[in-house]
Amino acid sequence: MNLQGKKVTLHDMSLRDGMHAKRHQITLQQMIDVATGLDEAGMPLIEVTHGDGLGGASVNYGFPAHSDEEYLNAVVPKMKQAKISALLLPGIGTVDHLRMAYDCGVSTIRVATHCTEADVSQQHIGLASEMKMDTVGFLMMAHMVPAEKILEQAKLMESYGANCVYCTDSAGYMLPDEVLEKIGLLRAELKPDTEVGFHGHHNLGMGVANSLAAIDAGAARIDGSVAGLGAGAGNTPLEVFVATLYRMGVESGVDLFKIMDVAEDLVVPLMDHPIRLDRDALTLGYAGVYSSFLLFAKRAEAKYGISARDILVELGKRGTVGGQEDMIEDLALTMAKEQGLI
Amino acid sequence: MSKKLKAAIIGPGNIGTDLLMKAMRSDWIEPVWMVGIEESEGIKRARDFGMKTSVSGVDGLLPHVIEDDVRIAFDATSAYVHAENSRKLNELGVIMIDLTPAAIGPFCIPPVNLKAHAEKLEMNVNMVTCGGQATIPIVAAVSRVQPVSYGEIVATVGSKSVGPGTRMNIDEFTRTTAAGVEQVGGAKKGKAIIVINPAEPPLIMRDTIHCLTEEEPDQEAITQSVLDMVEAVQQYVPGYNLVNGPIFDGNRVTVFMEVEGLGDFLPKYAGNLDIMTAAGLRTAEMFAEEAANNTITLPARA
Repeated sequence: MNLQGKKVTLHDMSLRDGMHAKRHQITLQQMIDVATGLDEAGMPLIEVTHGDGLGGASVNYGFPAHSDEEYLNAVVPKMKQAKISALLLPGIGTVDHLRMAYDCGVSTIRVATHCTEADVSQQHIGLASEMKMDTVGFLMMAHMVPAEKILEQAKLMESYGANCVYCTDSAGYMLPDEVLEKIGLLRAELKPDTEVGFHGHHNLGMGVANSLAAIDAGAARIDGSVAGLGAGAGNTPLEVFVATLYRMGVESGVDLFKIMDVAEDLVVPLMDHPIRLDRDALTLGYAGVYSSFLLFAKRAEAKYGISARDILVELGKRGTVGGQEDMIEDLALTMAKEQGLI
Repeated sequence: MSKKLKAAIIGPGNIGTDLLMKAMRSDWIEPVWMVGIEESEGIKRARDFGMKTSVSGVDGLLPHVIEDDVRIAFDATSAYVHAENSRKLNELGVIMIDLTPAAIGPFCIPPVNLKAHAEKLEMNVNMVTCGGQATIPIVAAVSRVQPVSYGEIVATVGSKSVGPGTRMNIDEFTRTTAAGVEQVGGAKKGKAIIVINPAEPPLIMRDTIHCLTEEEPDQEAITQSVLDMVEAVQQYVPGYNLVNGPIFDGNRVTVFMEVEGLGDFLPKYAGNLDIMTAAGLRTAEMFAEEAANNTITLPARA
């Protein structure tokens, strides 16, 4: 693979996807410290929101330590060069949240839908684009449908006003060939000035390899997370990825030693558990299950005595999608009844 | 004189047709008109069922309202045209049952507040949303036992059962449902989440209801109240099933429901649409019952 001379925009997820791994309890000071460290390391884009995006504060997904507005108001003014992005899942967040984020100084909005349901994003993408924000469409669980379907949905988002569309491997299920095919098709068929992005999870240990494949196929933006802090086995660990990009001659503008220090000195110490490929995280990747289900399945295991792995495998069989966290306790209850445990 | 009230259905699409099939079985409602804006499959189906039809919108129905004694109209069109439809028909003394998100009139969740609306002869009632019909009864079942500081509902629906109107304005679903959780469910603060799942075969509508009670929940009383409420909804939606719960975790009360439709015109998995048409019809029937019992007097007609 020859990526010599290519350029890529990295986008850090530790303060949004990482919220899943922290049960949305990152403190304002931790947010400021990590974001400031990333800013100094040259990270161009940093996402800050509840793990499930704007308006994610709920019984279903978890109440955060602070509101989206408090986090954004704490972090945005501290940034010297980095821009702050926010995630929005239609069905959870609304255009009211979008306006709030805009008022807080968020410059990039990423509107996320399941990979077959892009048409629920029209009003949100339309408004963000109207407000001249950097407007990104984010097609989640992209492993569940063929490349042609991803393209069809990406074109919808493009038609609503998205200037960048992501192929998102929410389950960490994809292998590099699939990434090449999907990103390659998007790059070939979307408008030349529409950027293509890739968001990986490390549930099969493929975060770095898949992200390289994405760049090879024409992706201009790559998501990852410093120290991998993210749902499941985490996102593509950015300090590892940056080192790899140095070796391959890809320009990211991020200082390797500085981001290594942010990972080691700031992010690892705030982890509640090591972000690693334990058997449950591996099951996510193997069974194709939404990464943020991990801790919910572990909690259901602790409460009802049903193995998290069994729950996750069954959720994969049922074709569950992002946002269906409520299915986990429901399914655990049903399985516990069937097994005579309750 | 028949006790049945004659009704018109506006909007010959999936919802309107399903409603028509349910209404034709009703002891209290007699559907007589189907209103569309052009010749369509739905209009043709309605004609085959023996309905009079208008293909020029509500205006085509208006000259016949009095002679056919139309007393109830169901609006299954869109929020954009509902206000005009309602104004024109209300003027002629027709009670409007609004299945759009327009919400001009008060929210109606049959087992919770329908009787109150019927007794007051509200001339326009709004059926909230499908997610609201499926979940607000449960919030109300908890809040009638003890104060609920926060009610949250998660509706998961099959992709095929979500039409273009809902998709283009999904925020309207979350806002309207959350407002219903507060105003009719009785939660001090409400939140609604909708998840669309494209799995094949399509999944049956699922609903999770979380309530946070102000004080420690009275488990026995809440469980009984929820079971009673499920039974009340089953009177008009037989496929309204309690899957798990109520479960209690500190002040959290959670109930997991599944809503299977009757499969009249819409497929059985589309419980979300079925519960709307069933609730709309149940609402009309209550007005007819109250009129027959002389607890309300319908607008006078010469």
